[in-house]
Amino acid sequence: MAVEFLLNGKHMSFDGDPDTPLLWVIRDHAGLTGTKYGCGIAQCGACTVHLDGKNRRSCVTPIDTVAGKSVTTIEGVSGPIAEAVQKAWVAIDVPQCGFCQSGQVMSAIGLLAQKPKPTDADIDAGMAGNICRCATYVRIRQAIKDAANAKVSA
Amino acid sequence: MTMISLPRFGVLALIASVIVLPLSIARGGEASGLKPASAFAGIADRNARSTAIFTEMGKVLMSPRCLNCHPRTDSPTQGDAMLLHVPPVTRGPDGFGAAGMECATCHGPRNAPFGNGGGSVPGNPKWHLAPRSMAWQGLTLGQICAVIKDRTKNGGLSLDQLIDHNGKDELVGWGWNPGPGRIPAPGTQAEFGALTKAWVETGAACPK
Repeated sequence: MAVEFLLNGKHMSFDGDPDTPLLWVIRDHAGLTGTKYGCGIAQCGACTVHLDGKNRRSCVTPIDTVAGKSVTTIEGVSGPIAEAVQKAWVAIDVPQCGFCQSGQVMSAIGLLAQKPKPTDADIDAGMAGNICRCATYVRIRQAIKDAANAKVSA
Repeated sequence: MTMISLPRFGVLALIASVIVLPLSIARGGEASGLKPASAFAGIADRNARSTAIFTEMGKVLMSPRCLNCHPRTDSPTQGDAMLLHVPPVTRGPDGFGAAGMECATCHGPRNAPFGNGGGSVPGNPKWHLAPRSMAWQGLTLGQICAVIKDRTKNGGLSLDQLIDHNGKDELVGWGWNPGPGRIPAPGTQAEFGALTKAWVETGAACPK
């Protein structure tokens, strides 16, 4: 039976193996390649999306477990927090190679949605599952703080 | 539907940059079973019988399937080797993880096989860490027994409720259905529940 869910607000139907990872469906079925394949075993965070607004690693999310739910990818994320994060990321040139960044951005938005003014410890804990081989961690942390401050002052 | 291959350069880049520990380590061998309560009927002394039954229950309680999420720190261990959980996670305010990095960020409502090969991410709708008061790692079986009986530490469970918890709780039951790459807890949950009942009925004695 086909799995029905929302992808960036639009109805999606997938009629295939229920164990198919959500990431496969996002990239290969829907053609949205902003969400990246890194490790495939929930160790790196590159595939992070939002599932009903919460951070979720799409590479280890069987498609049948998203039935009736709302999936948001880097292409569809929006709102004041997303805008603040985007501006903060651009302002201090956070990415280096950039491969992990869509996952970093999605995790940062998910963190700020729950912790509007995160401490360093909050950021370290909330972003612990997102690996950056270029080690842009210091800029990521700064951009999250900048986004938090910008949103508060907006 | 035609599946196209995914960008493998990402795999190489990220794996080359970090030491990736597998979420689980497959080990050979079958999980050993549990003796039924009747196997201890020959022990005449009630206290000694109860202690022997709990010692049998200890095969489950001290298996990696239970101990990994009863850590003595704020971070779980994982796999049959009980290595520190990777990625690094913390219990957060309620045992369900930190904001933005909840248990449910990776652990879904059921075990999820890796899309790229053997192994799986374990899952259950109730997936979370046991509270600090129920830290079992590093304790002797007798100490675990004392903690389990202590209502100020065990979530307020009476001994009768403990029978139900051990024998029927969904998250406890995951221990016998841990998914590819993990050795299940010994026996079955029903057998574990029956042993718990027999232990309670014989006075819930603890090993020293």
